[in-house]
Amino acid sequence: MEFSVQEIPALIESVLPELYLLILAVFLGIEVIGRVPQVLHTPLMSGSNALSGVVVIGSILMVGRAEDAHWSVLVLASLSLVLATVNVVGGFAVTARMLNMFRKKK
Amino acid sequence: METLIQIGYLVALVCFVLGIKGMSHPDTARRGNWTLALGMGLATLVTMMQPGLGNLPLILISLGLGSWWGMRMSSKAQMTEMPQMVSLLNGFGGLAAALVALSEVVDMFYGDAMVNLLMEAMGMGVLGQYYLLFYVVTLMISLAVGGISFTGSVMAMAKLDGKVSGQPLRFPMQGLVTNGLLVIMLVLTVAIATWPSYTLPLIVILMILSLVYGVLFVLPIGGADMPVVISFLNSLTGLTAATTGLLFDNRAMLMGGVLVGASGIYLTMLMCKAMNRTLGAVLLGQFNSGSGQAAREMSGQIKEIGLYDTAVLLAYSSRVVVVPGYGLAVAQAQHLVHELEKILAAKGAECKYAIHPVAGRMPGHMNVLLAEADVSYDLLVEMEAINPDFPLTDVVLVIGANDVVNPAAENDPGSPIYGMPILQVHQARNVIVIKRSMAAGYAGVENELFYDPKTRMLFGDAKAVLGDLIQAIKGL
Repeated sequence: MEFSVQEIPALIESVLPELYLLILAVFLGIEVIGRVPQVLHTPLMSGSNALSGVVVIGSILMVGRAEDAHWSVLVLASLSLVLATVNVVGGFAVTARMLNMFRKKK
Repeated sequence: METLIQIGYLVALVCFVLGIKGMSHPDTARRGNWTLALGMGLATLVTMMQPGLGNLPLILISLGLGSWWGMRMSSKAQMTEMPQMVSLLNGFGGLAAALVALSEVVDMFYGDAMVNLLMEAMGMGVLGQYYLLFYVVTLMISLAVGGISFTGSVMAMAKLDGKVSGQPLRFPMQGLVTNGLLVIMLVLTVAIATWPSYTLPLIVILMILSLVYGVLFVLPIGGADMPVVISFLNSLTGLTAATTGLLFDNRAMLMGGVLVGASGIYLTMLMCKAMNRTLGAVLLGQFNSGSGQAAREMSGQIKEIGLYDTAVLLAYSSRVVVVPGYGLAVAQAQHLVHELEKILAAKGAECKYAIHPVAGRMPGHMNVLLAEADVSYDLLVEMEAINPDFPLTDVVLVIGANDVVNPAAENDPGSPIYGMPILQVHQARNVIVIKRSMAAGYAGVENELFYDPKTRMLFGDAKAVLGDLIQAIKGL
Protein backbone atom coordinates (compact mmCIF):
# COMPACT_ATOMS: atom_id res chain seq x y z
CA MET A 1 0.00 0.00 0.00
CA GLU A 2 1.15 3.50 -0.68
CA PHE A 3 0.37 6.48 1.45
CA SER A 4 1.26 10.09 0.91
CA VAL A 5 1.17 13.12 3.12
CA GLN A 6 -1.02 15.09 0.68
CA GLU A 7 -3.96 12.78 1.34
CA ILE A 8 -4.04 13.35 5.08
CA PRO A 9 -6.28 16.47 5.07
CA ALA A 10 -8.86 14.65 2.92
CA LEU A 11 -8.63 11.69 5.27
CA ILE A 12 -9.23 13.80 8.34
CA GLU A 13 -12.17 15.49 6.65
CA SER A 14 -13.75 12.16 5.88
CA VAL A 15 -13.71 11.00 9.50
CA LEU A 16 -14.57 14.39 11.01
CA PRO A 17 -18.29 13.74 11.66
CA GLU A 18 -17.49 10.49 13.48
CA LEU A 19 -14.73 12.24 15.40
CA TYR A 20 -17.18 14.90 16.60
CA LEU A 21 -19.55 12.21 17.82
CA LEU A 22 -16.78 10.30 19.56
CA ILE A 23 -15.36 13.25 21.45
CA LEU A 24 -18.78 14.53 22.51
CA ALA A 25 -19.75 11.03 23.66
CA VAL A 26 -16.63 10.81 25.82
CA PHE A 27 -17.54 14.07 27.58
CA LEU A 28 -21.15 12.98 27.87
CA GLY A 29 -20.11 9.67 29.41
CA ILE A 30 -18.09 11.44 32.08
CA GLU A 31 -20.53 14.27 32.74
CA VAL A 32 -23.58 12.09 32.96
CA ILE A 33 -22.14 10.16 35.89
CA GLY A 34 -21.23 13.35 37.70
CA ARG A 35 -21.19 12.95 41.44
CA VAL A 36 -22.53 9.47 41.87
CA PRO A 37 -22.83 8.47 45.54
CA GLN A 38 -20.78 5.50 46.68
CA VAL A 39 -23.93 3.50 47.39
CA LEU A 40 -24.64 3.38 43.68
CA HIS A 41 -21.17 2.44 42.42
CA THR A 42 -21.94 -1.26 42.24
CA PRO A 43 -25.37 -0.99 40.56
CA LEU A 44 -24.04 1.63 38.15
CA MET A 45 -21.13 -0.57 37.19
CA SER A 46 -23.49 -3.48 36.71
CA GLY A 47 -25.87 -1.40 34.59
CA SER A 48 -23.13 -0.03 32.39
CA ASN A 49 -21.81 -3.58 32.08
CA ALA A 50 -25.19 -4.58 30.68
CA LEU A 51 -25.00 -1.63 28.30
CA SER A 52 -21.64 -2.80 26.98
CA GLY A 53 -23.64 -5.70 25.58
CA VAL A 54 -24.70 -3.41 22.69
CA VAL A 55 -22.32 -5.64 20.79
CA VAL A 56 -25.51 -7.67 20.44
CA ILE A 57 -26.37 -5.46 17.45
CA GLY A 58 -23.13 -6.44 15.74
CA SER A 59 -23.78 -10.11 16.48
CA ILE A 60 -27.27 -9.93 14.97
CA LEU A 61 -25.97 -8.19 11.85
CA MET A 62 -23.19 -10.74 11.56
CA VAL A 63 -25.49 -13.77 11.86
CA GLY A 64 -28.00 -12.23 9.49
CA ARG A 65 -25.53 -10.96 6.94
CA ALA A 66 -25.45 -13.90 4.59
CA GLU A 67 -27.68 -16.90 4.16
CA ASP A 68 -24.86 -18.75 2.45
CA ALA A 69 -21.97 -17.77 4.71
CA HIS A 70 -19.46 -20.42 5.65
CA TRP A 71 -20.76 -22.58 8.51
CA SER A 72 -17.88 -21.52 10.74
CA VAL A 73 -18.91 -17.88 10.40
CA LEU A 74 -22.43 -18.74 11.46
CA VAL A 75 -21.23 -20.81 14.42
CA LEU A 76 -18.92 -18.06 15.70
CA ALA A 77 -21.47 -15.31 15.13
CA SER A 78 -24.36 -17.14 16.80
CA LEU A 79 -22.16 -18.03 19.75
CA SER A 80 -21.29 -14.35 20.11
CA LEU A 81 -24.99 -13.48 19.85
CA VAL A 82 -25.85 -15.87 22.68
CA LEU A 83 -23.04 -14.50 24.88
CA ALA A 84 -23.91 -10.87 24.17
CA THR A 85 -27.56 -11.57 25.01
CA VAL A 86 -26.56 -13.18 28.30
CA ASN A 87 -24.51 -10.06 29.04
CA VAL A 88 -27.45 -7.76 28.32
CA VAL A 89 -30.32 -9.70 29.90
CA GLY A 90 -28.33 -11.00 32.87
CA GLY A 91 -26.80 -7.56 33.41
CA PHE A 92 -30.09 -5.69 33.56
CA ALA A 93 -31.76 -8.40 35.65
CA VAL A 94 -28.96 -8.39 38.22
CA THR A 95 -28.96 -4.60 38.39
CA ALA A 96 -32.72 -4.60 38.90
CA ARG A 97 -32.34 -7.11 41.74
CA MET A 98 -29.75 -4.92 43.46
CA LEU A 99 -31.79 -1.76 43.08
CA ASN A 100 -35.01 -3.42 44.24
CA MET A 101 -33.40 -3.88 47.63
CA PHE A 102 -33.06 -0.18 48.11
CA ARG A 103 -36.73 0.35 47.40
CA LYS A 104 -38.68 -1.61 49.95
CA LYS A 105 -37.58 0.03 53.16
CA LYS A 106 -38.80 3.45 54.12
CA MET B 1 -37.27 1.60 6.37
CA GLU B 2 -33.65 2.68 6.65
CA THR B 3 -34.75 6.05 8.07
CA LEU B 4 -37.02 4.36 10.57
CA ILE B 5 -34.12 2.18 11.73
CA GLN B 6 -31.84 5.18 12.15
CA ILE B 7 -34.50 7.04 14.15
CA GLY B 8 -34.93 3.93 16.29
CA TYR B 9 -31.21 3.91 17.04
CA LEU B 10 -31.35 7.61 17.89
CA VAL B 11 -34.17 7.05 20.38
CA ALA B 12 -32.26 4.09 21.84
CA LEU B 13 -29.23 6.32 22.30
CA VAL B 14 -31.30 8.92 24.14
CA CYS B 15 -32.53 6.11 26.40
CA PHE B 16 -28.90 5.09 27.07
CA VAL B 17 -27.91 8.60 28.15
CA LEU B 18 -31.04 9.17 30.27
CA GLY B 19 -30.64 5.70 31.77
CA ILE B 20 -27.06 6.22 32.91
CA LYS B 21 -27.96 9.67 34.18
CA GLY B 22 -30.86 8.20 36.16
CA MET B 23 -28.68 5.48 37.62
CA SER B 24 -26.35 7.97 39.24
CA HIS B 25 -29.03 9.18 41.69
CA PRO B 26 -30.65 6.96 44.35
CA ASP B 27 -34.21 8.14 43.66
CA THR B 28 -34.12 7.53 39.92
CA ALA B 29 -31.78 4.53 39.81
CA ARG B 30 -34.47 1.91 39.26
CA ARG B 31 -36.13 3.86 36.50
CA GLY B 32 -32.69 4.48 34.98
CA ASN B 33 -32.02 0.76 34.76
CA TRP B 34 -35.31 0.12 32.98
CA THR B 35 -34.68 3.03 30.63
CA LEU B 36 -31.36 1.44 29.68
CA ALA B 37 -33.05 -1.92 29.14
CA LEU B 38 -35.78 -0.27 27.05
CA GLY B 39 -33.17 1.42 24.87
CA MET B 40 -31.37 -1.87 24.41
CA GLY B 41 -34.59 -3.64 23.50
CA LEU B 42 -35.42 -0.97 20.96
CA ALA B 43 -31.94 -1.12 19.43
CA THR B 44 -32.24 -4.90 19.11
CA LEU B 45 -35.70 -4.63 17.60
CA VAL B 46 -34.79 -2.12 14.90
CA THR B 47 -31.67 -4.14 14.07
CA MET B 48 -33.97 -7.08 13.34
CA MET B 49 -35.88 -4.85 10.91
CA GLN B 50 -32.76 -4.36 8.79
CA PRO B 51 -33.70 -5.16 5.16
CA GLY B 52 -32.00 -8.27 3.83
CA LEU B 53 -31.29 -9.72 7.25
CA GLY B 54 -31.06 -13.48 6.83
CA ASN B 55 -31.02 -16.46 9.18
CA LEU B 56 -33.87 -15.02 11.22
CA PRO B 57 -34.71 -18.33 12.95
CA LEU B 58 -31.08 -18.69 14.06
CA ILE B 59 -31.08 -15.13 15.39
CA LEU B 60 -34.29 -15.68 17.34
CA ILE B 61 -33.07 -18.97 18.78
CA SER B 62 -29.77 -17.39 19.89
CA LEU B 63 -31.56 -14.41 21.44
CA GLY B 64 -33.97 -16.72 23.26
CA LEU B 65 -31.20 -18.99 24.50
CA GLY B 66 -29.12 -16.02 25.69
CA SER B 67 -32.10 -14.44 27.47
CA TRP B 68 -32.98 -17.68 29.22
CA TRP B 69 -29.39 -18.22 30.29
CA GLY B 70 -29.01 -14.61 31.45
CA MET B 71 -32.19 -14.72 33.53
CA ARG B 72 -31.18 -18.03 35.06
CA MET B 73 -27.72 -16.79 36.01
CA SER B 74 -28.97 -13.54 37.49
CA SER B 75 -31.74 -15.15 39.55
CA LYS B 76 -29.45 -17.84 40.96
CA ALA B 77 -26.62 -15.57 42.07
CA GLN B 78 -26.35 -14.76 45.77
CA MET B 79 -26.07 -11.09 46.65
CA THR B 80 -22.65 -11.77 48.16
CA GLU B 81 -21.54 -13.06 44.75
CA MET B 82 -22.58 -9.95 42.84
CA PRO B 83 -19.05 -8.77 42.01
CA GLN B 84 -18.19 -12.19 40.54
CA MET B 85 -21.45 -12.15 38.60
CA VAL B 86 -20.80 -8.73 37.07
CA SER B 87 -17.29 -9.83 36.22
CA LEU B 88 -18.46 -12.99 34.48
CA LEU B 89 -21.12 -11.11 32.49
CA ASN B 90 -18.52 -8.57 31.46
CA GLY B 91 -16.29 -11.42 30.31
CA PHE B 92 -19.16 -12.71 28.16
CA GLY B 93 -19.55 -9.27 26.60
CA GLY B 94 -15.83 -9.11 25.82
CA LEU B 95 -15.82 -12.60 24.32
CA ALA B 96 -18.90 -11.74 22.25
CA ALA B 97 -17.10 -8.72 20.77
CA ALA B 98 -14.00 -10.78 20.04
CA LEU B 99 -16.09 -13.50 18.38
CA VAL B 100 -17.92 -10.99 16.17
CA ALA B 101 -14.54 -9.73 15.01
CA LEU B 102 -13.25 -13.28 14.53
CA SER B 103 -16.29 -14.30 12.50
CA GLU B 104 -15.74 -11.24 10.32
CA VAL B 105 -12.14 -12.37 9.81
CA VAL B 106 -13.22 -15.89 8.93
CA ASP B 107 -15.82 -14.48 6.54
CA MET B 108 -13.00 -12.60 4.83
CA PHE B 109 -11.18 -15.81 4.13
CA TYR B 110 -14.09 -18.11 3.31
CA GLY B 111 -16.80 -15.71 2.20
CA ASP B 112 -17.00 -12.55 0.20
CA ALA B 113 -16.44 -9.97 2.95
CA MET B 114 -12.91 -9.34 1.66
CA VAL B 115 -14.14 -8.83 -1.90
CA ASN B 116 -16.81 -6.39 -0.69
CA LEU B 117 -14.27 -4.55 1.38
CA LEU B 118 -11.85 -4.22 -1.55
CA MET B 119 -14.65 -3.08 -3.86
CA GLU B 120 -15.69 -0.45 -1.38
CA ALA B 121 -12.10 0.65 -0.86
CA MET B 122 -11.56 0.99 -4.62
CA GLY B 123 -14.74 3.00 -4.93
CA MET B 124 -13.29 5.50 -2.51
CA GLY B 125 -10.27 6.25 -4.66
CA VAL B 126 -7.14 7.33 -2.82
CA LEU B 127 -8.95 7.26 0.49
CA GLY B 128 -9.66 3.59 -0.04
CA GLN B 129 -6.17 2.63 1.14
CA TYR B 130 -6.67 4.42 4.42
CA TYR B 131 -10.15 3.02 4.70
CA LEU B 132 -8.79 -0.51 4.36
CA LEU B 133 -6.06 0.14 6.88
CA PHE B 134 -8.50 1.69 9.31
CA TYR B 135 -10.91 -1.21 8.90
CA VAL B 136 -8.31 -3.88 9.57
CA VAL B 137 -6.83 -2.06 12.56
CA THR B 138 -10.29 -1.57 14.07
CA LEU B 139 -11.04 -5.23 13.52
CA MET B 140 -7.84 -6.24 15.30
CA ILE B 141 -8.59 -3.92 18.23
CA SER B 142 -12.03 -5.50 18.66
CA LEU B 143 -10.47 -8.94 18.53
CA ALA B 144 -7.58 -8.30 20.91
CA VAL B 145 -9.26 -6.03 23.47
CA GLY B 146 -12.33 -8.27 23.56
CA GLY B 147 -10.06 -11.24 24.27
CA ILE B 148 -8.20 -9.37 27.03
CA SER B 149 -11.48 -8.35 28.60
CA PHE B 150 -12.73 -11.94 28.50
CA THR B 151 -9.83 -13.75 30.18
CA GLY B 152 -9.17 -10.76 32.46
CA SER B 153 -12.75 -10.87 33.75
CA VAL B 154 -12.68 -14.61 34.24
CA MET B 155 -9.42 -14.28 36.21
CA ALA B 156 -10.91 -11.48 38.32
CA MET B 157 -13.90 -13.69 39.03
CA ALA B 158 -11.69 -16.61 40.01
CA LYS B 159 -9.71 -14.37 42.37
CA LEU B 160 -12.86 -13.06 44.03
CA ASP B 161 -14.19 -16.59 44.35
CA GLY B 162 -10.94 -17.73 45.91
CA LYS B 163 -10.44 -20.29 43.13
CA VAL B 164 -7.21 -18.46 42.37
CA SER B 165 -5.29 -16.96 45.28
CA GLY B 166 -6.20 -13.35 46.00
CA GLN B 167 -2.56 -12.62 46.72
CA PRO B 168 -0.69 -10.83 43.95
CA LEU B 169 1.12 -13.50 41.92
CA ARG B 170 4.55 -12.60 40.70
CA PHE B 171 7.20 -14.35 38.68
CA PRO B 172 10.68 -13.31 37.51
CA MET B 173 10.77 -10.68 34.77
CA GLN B 174 7.01 -10.31 34.96
CA GLY B 175 7.01 -6.71 33.76
CA LEU B 176 9.21 -7.63 30.83
CA VAL B 177 7.03 -10.56 29.81
CA THR B 178 3.73 -8.69 30.18
CA ASN B 179 4.85 -5.53 28.43
CA GLY B 180 6.76 -7.53 25.83
CA LEU B 181 3.55 -9.36 25.02
CA LEU B 182 1.78 -6.06 24.50
CA VAL B 183 4.52 -4.89 22.13
CA ILE B 184 4.34 -8.16 20.18
CA MET B 185 0.58 -7.70 19.85
CA LEU B 186 1.02 -4.17 18.50
CA VAL B 187 3.63 -5.36 16.00
CA LEU B 188 1.31 -8.16 14.92
CA THR B 189 -1.51 -5.67 14.39
CA VAL B 190 0.70 -3.54 12.18
CA ALA B 191 1.84 -6.60 10.24
CA ILE B 192 -1.72 -7.78 9.73
CA ALA B 193 -2.84 -4.32 8.64
CA THR B 194 -0.04 -4.09 6.11
CA TRP B 195 -0.73 -7.44 4.45
CA PRO B 196 -4.40 -8.04 5.12
CA SER B 197 -4.86 -10.90 2.70
CA TYR B 198 -2.27 -13.43 3.86
CA THR B 199 -2.62 -13.36 7.56
CA LEU B 200 -5.11 -15.81 9.03
CA PRO B 201 -2.39 -17.51 11.15
CA LEU B 202 -1.15 -14.13 12.40
CA ILE B 203 -4.69 -13.17 13.40
CA VAL B 204 -5.16 -16.42 15.27
CA ILE B 205 -1.85 -15.83 17.08
CA LEU B 206 -2.97 -12.31 17.98
CA MET B 207 -6.18 -13.67 19.42
CA ILE B 208 -4.37 -16.30 21.51
CA LEU B 209 -1.85 -13.73 22.77
CA SER B 210 -4.67 -11.41 23.81
CA LEU B 211 -6.25 -14.20 25.82
CA VAL B 212 -2.91 -14.89 27.54
CA TYR B 213 -2.39 -11.18 28.15
CA GLY B 214 -5.74 -10.89 29.94
CA VAL B 215 -4.61 -13.53 32.45
CA LEU B 216 -1.14 -12.03 32.95
CA PHE B 217 -2.66 -8.57 33.36
CA VAL B 218 -4.82 -9.59 36.33
CA LEU B 219 -2.35 -12.02 38.01
CA PRO B 220 -0.16 -9.46 39.80
CA ILE B 221 -3.14 -7.49 41.14
CA GLY B 222 -4.31 -8.21 44.67
CA GLY B 223 -7.80 -9.53 45.38
CA ALA B 224 -8.82 -6.38 47.23
CA ASP B 225 -8.37 -4.39 44.03
CA MET B 226 -10.55 -6.66 41.90
CA PRO B 227 -13.54 -4.26 41.86
CA VAL B 228 -11.33 -1.63 40.28
CA VAL B 229 -10.07 -4.18 37.77
CA ILE B 230 -13.61 -5.29 36.90
CA SER B 231 -14.70 -1.71 36.40
CA PHE B 232 -11.66 -1.12 34.20
CA LEU B 233 -12.33 -4.24 32.13
CA ASN B 234 -15.95 -3.18 31.81
CA SER B 235 -14.70 0.04 30.31
CA LEU B 236 -12.55 -1.99 27.89
CA THR B 237 -15.59 -4.00 26.82
CA GLY B 238 -17.29 -0.68 26.11
CA LEU B 239 -14.34 0.23 23.91
CA THR B 240 -14.67 -2.99 21.92
CA ALA B 241 -18.40 -2.34 21.50
CA ALA B 242 -17.44 1.04 20.08
CA THR B 243 -14.86 -0.36 17.64
CA THR B 244 -17.34 -3.03 16.58
CA GLY B 245 -19.77 -0.16 15.95
CA LEU B 246 -17.18 1.38 13.64
CA LEU B 247 -16.82 -1.92 11.76
CA PHE B 248 -20.55 -2.17 11.15
CA ASP B 249 -20.92 1.56 10.63
CA ASN B 250 -23.53 1.50 13.38
CA ARG B 251 -23.87 4.62 15.49
CA ALA B 252 -25.93 3.08 18.30
CA MET B 253 -23.14 0.58 18.94
CA LEU B 254 -20.43 3.21 18.55
CA MET B 255 -22.02 5.75 20.88
CA GLY B 256 -23.26 3.17 23.39
CA GLY B 257 -19.78 1.69 23.55
CA VAL B 258 -18.10 5.06 23.96
CA LEU B 259 -20.56 5.97 26.73
CA VAL B 260 -19.70 2.80 28.62
CA GLY B 261 -15.99 3.28 27.95
CA ALA B 262 -15.90 6.86 29.19
CA SER B 263 -18.20 6.47 32.17
CA GLY B 264 -16.47 3.19 33.04
CA ILE B 265 -13.05 4.82 33.21
CA TYR B 266 -14.47 7.68 35.26
CA LEU B 267 -16.16 5.28 37.68
CA THR B 268 -12.90 3.32 37.93
CA MET B 269 -11.09 6.47 38.96
CA LEU B 270 -13.78 7.34 41.52
CA MET B 271 -13.29 3.89 43.05
CA CYS B 272 -9.52 4.37 43.19
CA LYS B 273 -10.01 7.74 44.83
CA ALA B 274 -12.16 6.16 47.54
CA MET B 275 -9.18 3.93 48.39
CA ASN B 276 -6.64 6.73 48.04
CA ARG B 277 -4.90 4.86 45.21
CA THR B 278 -4.15 5.81 41.64
CA LEU B 279 -5.39 3.73 38.75
CA GLY B 280 -1.81 3.26 37.59
CA ALA B 281 -0.72 1.87 40.94
CA VAL B 282 -3.65 -0.55 41.01
CA LEU B 283 -3.02 -1.83 37.51
CA LEU B 284 0.69 -2.26 38.10
CA GLY B 285 -0.20 -4.26 41.20
CA GLN B 286 1.56 -1.97 43.64
CA PHE B 287 0.45 -0.88 47.02
CA ASN B 288 1.41 2.59 48.13
CA SER B 289 4.99 3.74 48.50
CA GLY B 290 5.43 1.75 51.71
CA SER B 291 5.53 -1.59 49.91
CA GLY B 292 9.32 -1.76 50.03
CA GLN B 293 9.73 -1.25 53.74
CA ALA B 294 8.99 -3.83 56.35
CA ALA B 295 5.82 -3.23 58.34
CA ARG B 296 6.19 -2.36 62.00
CA GLU B 297 6.48 -5.14 64.55
CA MET B 298 3.32 -5.77 66.49
CA SER B 299 3.65 -5.30 70.21
CA GLY B 300 1.26 -5.88 73.04
CA GLN B 301 -1.19 -8.58 73.82
CA ILE B 302 -4.36 -9.81 72.27
CA LYS B 303 -7.22 -9.81 74.77
CA GLU B 304 -10.25 -12.01 74.42
CA ILE B 305 -13.73 -11.38 75.73
CA GLY B 306 -16.49 -13.84 76.52
CA LEU B 307 -20.05 -13.84 75.20
CA TYR B 308 -21.63 -12.86 78.50
CA ASP B 309 -19.30 -9.91 79.06
CA THR B 310 -19.96 -8.71 75.54
CA ALA B 311 -23.70 -8.96 76.10
CA VAL B 312 -23.47 -6.90 79.29
CA LEU B 313 -21.24 -4.32 77.69
CA LEU B 314 -23.60 -3.90 74.72
CA ALA B 315 -26.79 -3.90 76.78
CA TYR B 316 -25.58 -1.02 78.95
CA SER B 317 -24.16 1.13 76.18
CA SER B 318 -25.93 4.17 74.84
CA ARG B 319 -24.06 4.45 71.56
CA VAL B 320 -23.11 1.41 69.53
CA VAL B 321 -21.60 1.39 66.05
CA VAL B 322 -21.43 -1.79 63.98
CA VAL B 323 -18.66 -2.08 61.38
CA PRO B 324 -19.78 -4.78 58.94
CA GLY B 325 -17.22 -6.43 56.69
CA TYR B 326 -17.15 -9.08 54.06
CA GLY B 327 -16.80 -11.75 56.74
CA LEU B 328 -20.29 -10.84 57.91
CA ALA B 329 -21.69 -11.29 54.44
CA VAL B 330 -19.90 -14.59 53.88
CA ALA B 331 -21.32 -15.93 57.15
CA GLN B 332 -24.79 -14.80 55.95
CA ALA B 333 -25.22 -12.98 59.24
CA GLN B 334 -26.85 -9.79 57.94
CA HIS B 335 -30.27 -10.71 59.32
CA LEU B 336 -28.83 -11.51 62.75
CA VAL B 337 -26.97 -8.24 62.95
CA HIS B 338 -30.21 -6.46 62.08
CA GLU B 339 -31.94 -8.33 64.91
CA LEU B 340 -29.17 -7.36 67.33
CA GLU B 341 -29.54 -3.75 66.25
CA LYS B 342 -33.30 -3.85 66.92
CA ILE B 343 -32.81 -5.36 70.39
CA LEU B 344 -30.23 -2.73 71.31
CA ALA B 345 -32.48 0.02 69.98
CA ALA B 346 -35.32 -1.36 72.11
CA LYS B 347 -33.02 -1.08 75.13
CA GLY B 348 -32.58 2.58 74.33
CA ALA B 349 -29.18 2.46 72.67
CA GLU B 350 -28.43 4.34 69.50
CA CYS B 351 -27.16 1.75 67.03
CA LYS B 352 -25.71 2.61 63.64
CA TYR B 353 -23.67 1.00 60.89
CA ALA B 354 -20.40 2.48 59.70
CA ILE B 355 -19.94 1.79 56.01
CA HIS B 356 -16.45 2.01 54.60
CA PRO B 357 -16.37 2.98 50.90
CA VAL B 358 -14.99 -0.44 49.97
CA ALA B 359 -16.79 -2.53 52.58
CA GLY B 360 -17.70 -5.86 51.08
CA ARG B 361 -16.04 -6.58 47.81
CA MET B 362 -17.17 -3.55 45.86
CA PRO B 363 -18.06 0.06 46.62
CA GLY B 364 -21.68 0.07 47.70
CA HIS B 365 -21.75 -3.70 48.01
CA MET B 366 -22.30 -3.64 51.78
CA ASN B 367 -25.27 -1.30 51.40
CA VAL B 368 -26.86 -3.80 49.04
CA LEU B 369 -26.18 -6.69 51.42
CA LEU B 370 -27.62 -4.89 54.46
CA ALA B 371 -30.57 -3.62 52.46
CA GLU B 372 -31.31 -7.24 51.62
CA ALA B 373 -31.67 -7.86 55.38
CA ASP B 374 -34.14 -4.95 55.72
CA VAL B 375 -31.73 -2.70 57.58
CA SER B 376 -33.06 0.83 57.43
CA TYR B 377 -31.28 3.03 54.95
CA ASP B 378 -30.70 5.96 57.34
CA LEU B 379 -28.84 3.79 59.84
CA LEU B 380 -26.09 3.26 57.27
CA VAL B 381 -23.56 6.03 57.79
CA GLU B 382 -20.70 6.69 55.39
CA MET B 383 -17.12 6.93 56.59
CA GLU B 384 -16.68 10.72 56.53
CA ALA B 385 -19.94 11.22 58.42
CA ILE B 386 -19.28 8.74 61.20
CA ASN B 387 -15.56 9.20 61.87
CA PRO B 388 -16.06 12.29 64.10
CA ASP B 389 -18.57 10.28 66.20
CA PHE B 390 -16.19 7.51 67.24
CA PRO B 391 -14.69 9.27 70.30
CA LEU B 392 -18.24 9.52 71.69
CA THR B 393 -19.09 5.91 70.92
CA ASP B 394 -19.31 3.40 73.76
CA VAL B 395 -18.83 0.20 71.82
CA VAL B 396 -17.75 -0.50 68.28
CA LEU B 397 -18.60 -3.97 67.06
CA VAL B 398 -16.30 -4.95 64.19
CA ILE B 399 -17.78 -7.97 62.41
CA GLY B 400 -15.68 -9.62 59.73
CA ALA B 401 -13.90 -6.41 58.77
CA ASN B 402 -10.15 -5.98 59.02
CA ASP B 403 -8.13 -3.72 56.73
CA VAL B 404 -10.70 -0.91 56.77
CA VAL B 405 -10.23 -0.44 60.53
CA ASN B 406 -6.44 -0.81 60.66
CA PRO B 407 -4.90 2.31 62.26
CA ALA B 408 -1.62 1.51 60.49
CA ALA B 409 -3.18 3.13 57.44
CA GLU B 410 -2.95 6.43 59.31
CA ASN B 411 0.14 6.19 61.46
CA ASP B 412 2.57 3.71 59.93
CA PRO B 413 4.23 4.96 56.74
CA GLY B 414 5.84 1.53 56.38
CA SER B 415 2.53 -0.25 56.07
CA PRO B 416 1.39 -1.33 52.62
CA ILE B 417 -2.04 0.17 53.23
CA TYR B 418 -0.64 3.50 54.49
CA GLY B 419 -2.77 6.34 53.15
CA MET B 420 -5.99 4.40 52.71
CA PRO B 421 -8.82 6.21 54.49
CA ILE B 422 -10.12 4.11 57.38
CA LEU B 423 -12.92 4.03 59.92
CA GLN B 424 -11.26 5.45 63.04
CA VAL B 425 -12.74 2.90 65.43
CA HIS B 426 -9.62 2.97 67.63
CA GLN B 427 -10.91 6.26 69.00
CA ALA B 428 -14.00 4.64 70.48
CA ARG B 429 -14.20 3.72 74.18
CA ASN B 430 -14.42 -0.02 73.55
CA VAL B 431 -13.80 -2.08 70.48
CA ILE B 432 -15.02 -5.65 70.12
CA VAL B 433 -13.81 -7.59 67.12
CA ILE B 434 -15.77 -10.64 66.04
CA LYS B 435 -13.47 -12.70 63.88
CA ARG B 436 -12.96 -16.33 63.00
CA SER B 437 -9.22 -16.38 63.63
CA MET B 438 -6.20 -14.13 63.80
CA ALA B 439 -5.64 -14.45 60.04
CA ALA B 440 -4.64 -11.28 58.25
CA GLY B 441 -7.17 -9.37 56.13
CA TYR B 442 -7.55 -9.31 52.38
CA ALA B 443 -4.56 -7.05 51.94
CA GLY B 444 -2.46 -9.55 53.92
CA VAL B 445 -1.49 -7.01 56.57
CA GLU B 446 -1.35 -7.39 60.36
CA ASN B 447 -3.84 -5.23 62.22
CA GLU B 448 -2.63 -3.00 65.08
CA LEU B 449 -6.17 -2.49 66.23
CA PHE B 450 -6.26 -6.02 67.66
CA TYR B 451 -3.33 -5.15 69.94
CA ASP B 452 -4.93 -1.92 71.16
CA PRO B 453 -5.60 -1.96 74.95
CA LYS B 454 -9.23 -0.99 74.29
CA THR B 455 -9.79 -3.86 71.90
CA ARG B 456 -11.12 -7.27 72.82
CA MET B 457 -11.51 -10.20 70.49
CA LEU B 458 -14.55 -12.47 70.30
CA PHE B 459 -13.49 -15.43 68.19
CA GLY B 460 -15.97 -17.49 66.21
CA ASP B 461 -18.12 -17.62 63.11
CA ALA B 462 -20.05 -14.36 62.81
CA LYS B 463 -23.42 -16.06 62.45
CA ALA B 464 -22.98 -18.38 65.45
CA VAL B 465 -21.52 -15.66 67.66
CA LEU B 466 -24.26 -13.16 66.83
CA GLY B 467 -26.97 -15.76 67.44
CA ASP B 468 -25.54 -16.57 70.88
CA LEU B 469 -25.02 -12.89 71.64
CA ILE B 470 -28.66 -12.10 70.91
CA GLN B 471 -29.77 -14.91 73.24
CA ALA B 472 -27.38 -13.67 75.93
CA ILE B 473 -28.67 -10.09 75.75
CA LYS B 474 -32.28 -11.28 75.82
CA GLY B 475 -31.48 -13.39 78.90
CA LEU B 476 -29.93 -10.55 80.89
